[in-house]
Amino acid sequence: MTSLYSAAARRTDSRPAVVPPVRPSGGSWPTVRLVRHLLPYWRRLLTAGLAAAGSELAAAALMATASWLITRAAQQPPLASVSLAIVAVRALALGRGALRYGDRLLGHDGVLRAVAGFRTRVYEALVPLAPAGTPAFRSGDLLTRLVDDVDAAQDLLLRILLPTAAAAAVCVAATATASMLLPEAGLVLGVLLFVAVLLVPTTVLAVARRTGRAQAALRAELAAHVVDLSEGAADLAAYGAQGRAAARARLAAARIARLERRRALTTSLASAVLMLFQGAALVAVVWSALGSHADGELPAVHLTVLAVLSLVAFEALAPLPAAAFRLAEVRARAGRLADLFDTPAPVVEPAAAVALVVDGPVGVHIRDLTVRHRTCDAPALDGLSLHLPAGQRTVLLGASGSGKSTLISALMRFVDYEGGSIEVAGRELRDCAGHEVRRVITGMTQDAHVFHATIRANLLLARPDAGDTELRDAARRARILEWIESLPDGFDTCLGPDGTEPSGGQRTRLLLARALLADPPVLVLDEPTEGLDPDAAADVLADILDATRNRTTLLVTHEREGLTGADQVVTIERGRVRAGAAGEGRAAGAPVDR
Amino acid sequence: MKPVERRLMRELPVLRRHVGRSAGLAFLAAVLVVVQVTLLAGVLADAFAGHPVAFAAPAALGGVVALRALLGWARDVLAQRAAADTKHALRGRLTDRLGPAAPSTPAARRHGETATLLTRGLDALDPYVTGALPTMAAAGVVPLTVVVWLFVTDWSSALIVVVTLPLIPVFGALVGMHTARRTARQWRLLARLGGHFLDVVAGLPTLRAFGREDYQARRVGEMADAHRRATMRTLRVAFLSSFVLETVATLSVALVAVPVGLRLLGGSLDLRTALVVLFLTPEAYLPLRAMGAAFHESSEGVTVAEQVFTILDEGEGEGGAGGAGERPASPDVRTVPVSLHDVCVTYPGRAVPALDGVSLQVQPGEHIALVGPSGAGKSTLLALLLGFVEPSAGRVTVGGTDLAGLDADDWRARLAWVPQRPHLFAASVADNIRLGRPDASDAEVRQAARDAYADHFVEALPQGYDTLLGEHGAGLSAGQRQRLALARAFLKDAPVLLLDEPTAHLDPESEAAVTRATVRLMRGRTAIVVAHRTSLLPYADRVVTVRGGRLETVADPRPATVGSERTQAAADGRPQTRANSSLRAPRLLPPEGALTS
Repeated sequence: MTSLYSAAARRTDSRPAVVPPVRPSGGSWPTVRLVRHLLPYWRRLLTAGLAAAGSELAAAALMATASWLITRAAQQPPLASVSLAIVAVRALALGRGALRYGDRLLGHDGVLRAVAGFRTRVYEALVPLAPAGTPAFRSGDLLTRLVDDVDAAQDLLLRILLPTAAAAAVCVAATATASMLLPEAGLVLGVLLFVAVLLVPTTVLAVARRTGRAQAALRAELAAHVVDLSEGAADLAAYGAQGRAAARARLAAARIARLERRRALTTSLASAVLMLFQGAALVAVVWSALGSHADGELPAVHLTVLAVLSLVAFEALAPLPAAAFRLAEVRARAGRLADLFDTPAPVVEPAAAVALVVDGPVGVHIRDLTVRHRTCDAPALDGLSLHLPAGQRTVLLGASGSGKSTLISALMRFVDYEGGSIEVAGRELRDCAGHEVRRVITGMTQDAHVFHATIRANLLLARPDAGDTELRDAARRARILEWIESLPDGFDTCLGPDGTEPSGGQRTRLLLARALLADPPVLVLDEPTEGLDPDAAADVLADILDATRNRTTLLVTHEREGLTGADQVVTIERGRVRAGAAGEGRAAGAPVDR
Repeated sequence: MKPVERRLMRELPVLRRHVGRSAGLAFLAAVLVVVQVTLLAGVLADAFAGHPVAFAAPAALGGVVALRALLGWARDVLAQRAAADTKHALRGRLTDRLGPAAPSTPAARRHGETATLLTRGLDALDPYVTGALPTMAAAGVVPLTVVVWLFVTDWSSALIVVVTLPLIPVFGALVGMHTARRTARQWRLLARLGGHFLDVVAGLPTLRAFGREDYQARRVGEMADAHRRATMRTLRVAFLSSFVLETVATLSVALVAVPVGLRLLGGSLDLRTALVVLFLTPEAYLPLRAMGAAFHESSEGVTVAEQVFTILDEGEGEGGAGGAGERPASPDVRTVPVSLHDVCVTYPGRAVPALDGVSLQVQPGEHIALVGPSGAGKSTLLALLLGFVEPSAGRVTVGGTDLAGLDADDWRARLAWVPQRPHLFAASVADNIRLGRPDASDAEVRQAARDAYADHFVEALPQGYDTLLGEHGAGLSAGQRQRLALARAFLKDAPVLLLDEPTAHLDPESEAAVTRATVRLMRGRTAIVVAHRTSLLPYADRVVTVRGGRLETVADPRPATVGSERTQAAADGRPQTRANSSLRAPRLLPPEGALTS
């Protein structure tokens, strides 16, 4: 199911805008929008809410019934008239623990189901944005934060909405009971509860917002100093500047501590205010009940029950300050998620896609291609024309920022182009469905990911139906088969933090094997040697060119060693192919000027 | 209390004070509760007996509640301040641990963890300091106070409380012991399932590239569901302890209330006493019940404290980067050679030494290129000269004096280092160039930038030399960053240069500019350059191959006399004209004017 927001946003999206300026704070009421995402699970959540309310009600009822029992017993009636209360007290006492247990299990189960569904929705919202539509894919930290933000849904339900629902149930029940016993006491209690419920969270949110901004700024400052201290440790030591940098970090830490100490004065107010309200309610309820009792309108038994009701009703509100603090934090996370759902896809899929059928070797004609990452930016590709001949290997050289990776993204339909054309097998790419384009043009992107899974699963991703022979063949051509077979578990070795961590070169070769296994008509390889030392880079490049013989290949790199096997070497500069360099053909021996 | 908690108490006086204060405040709060309960019971009993109740009684009640509110506020403020002070103290100690470390050593890997702890990680201590510790202190004080008052009021009810109260910790411990192992096993599975979503999202571009995004959408749901089922299995066990605590506590209320009611029926108890007992009994159990939840929430904080101490302990032996100030200053490296005598370096936890019996003598003014495959030990050799790693065998000497005996800061003041990926600090461009000489004037900074061919792009930045560089110097290309690092080295004007492939991974234009700046910097200085397959190779007097931690070939293509001439020139401090070297490799460089574009 696609999100309402992204669908709406896509309709209004105009073609040239790839990443529009993101509105701050996720629009209004981001928390409400988050709740709306969770609404499909209302049945389970309602059950969880009822269980939470039931368990809190049982606790309140236990105290109220016990106080009724004791006051009634003091009137020394026959045993039979209090026996029901005795049974009720015992049952509530026994049942309260069980109810609480069930409430917590039901609550967690319902919430986790809702969160599971929400994760799928976030994933679906992210699909059209990967990789060019959101900065998250360019920064590991942003990505981690995004995934962390998704758990805001869990916090919202488990720590905010369920406790609030339970508190509300107790408040309503207490007020209703009090009103039945003595209307004016019920009114006083209800009004005070209502004011407290409104006032305490509002104050907490205001305080949190005020101090939150200052705190976020100080934290960012500390984080910057810490990054400098840790990642620049060697530079600092070599230049004798470590003491100064450490002093700056200490200063930032001291300022955070000062702010937190000052903040404590206000953040601790909420619980105290709640207790003041409790005291006011107790005094007011008891005083009005005393008056009625003196007038003979209120039985003495009800007097005690009213006093107890005013106490337990406010005790049920105790989790509210913590929930309100949590809400302030959830708001920020929900805002970022709302922004994500609002982000339009960088590529507009054609309303009626033409089929892209490729049979045999195929070339790619790129003419006057213009791509802008943002409407206001200078074009990343500025009238680039290039022909990738069928069955030939083209190497694209260029400085960082020259537009090499943008070209690959445009070819794979990860970014849209505002001018020019890309033609494959007589079709304009823009008129074809993105997933069909990527069946024809794919390979190794710059952000290619090694999944936390077995080597086999990582490779099969490219072609799920590949057999063992094909798998081994791809690995052999990427010159990684030997390493894989040297591992105790071979292809079933799990990669990742708790498995085997491949070295930079091995990782590159695994990704290459995956791209070769995919076996697309047009193979693109974006900076496959990024992060390798020059020797290894030259070896890998030579191996790649060897493995892609007779295949339409576009290899983007800035290395100039190991390219002797290329059919065509083209240099890209400021979004265009360097004049006179396009189609210069194979320069035998030394294709690149060094 | 776990050992790590005891250690926190031992090492942080602020926490000891905090626990003491919490206990005191909890006692005061318990006394106020007793007063409140007694007052309320009095009012209700008086009204029940038909006595007129003056407003003074409810007003006193309100006053007591207000006092409790004030006390609660003070307790929270003090607790949050204790948390702020605790984090501040630990941040200070962790900051000391962020010294230089050779790449790929455990210490370097610890850096990321330390950085996370310093920023967000330590916040996990908040629930521990503001929640668990005060609750623990209250659990030691409040039940005792309440029980004493119950004994004074009605000993038979007090007896019931005294008998059932210990059941809570006993049952809690029993259930805890039973569940601990099962949950520990589950947590690992949970962590793995929980990581799946991040893994898939991080790999989304790859999934799209191979048309697998729809298949994975189903997997996301399936894995989240598996995560839920595993979580629920854990929670069913984990919540058992709270079930037991809750049941014991509420059951005790019934155990007290029902006999009290029956005694009231028989007339052997007055209502006032009965109400005091009823209101006070739950208060005895409250802190013990709260302890379960507080422990649950603070477990993360305890884990963080463990991490902190692991890092602090690991750094204990390293002695910090500064070195002792007592050590002698180093000899003048412009006149004496730097030598490695049979040096071995073995990183902890590695079987194979990074350097294995390396001997090398570097004459003043000499330019040595280190070549060899990655991982051969070239960077370790530079780290050795920088004093970031110490030889596990052999010696590094400066004019015959052991480097280990020299003042590290004084020695490093004679070095300028340009790493492969220089770090740009969150400061202005000018301050980044000033790294080694914070008091340098603006004119000197500009001159250094000019020398490094960095002036043109710096002036093109929005605020010129005042432009703030964000995290990792965002917005600058690798070549520009490299030139800023060279400007740093120019400004520092140190006699010895250590350059780690300054031109690797650069595009041709940047490489030409960086090469030209580097060559200019090398003039008149001793230079050791890791220069494998880069354009700097032709400028070396000697090329040394490092392979497998050993020096393979030491080739000096020049006649011996040239070396001594250069030495003399360096000793005079006059800049050398390297006519011969510019003859040897000029074809790689564009004409000087081409670089300034």
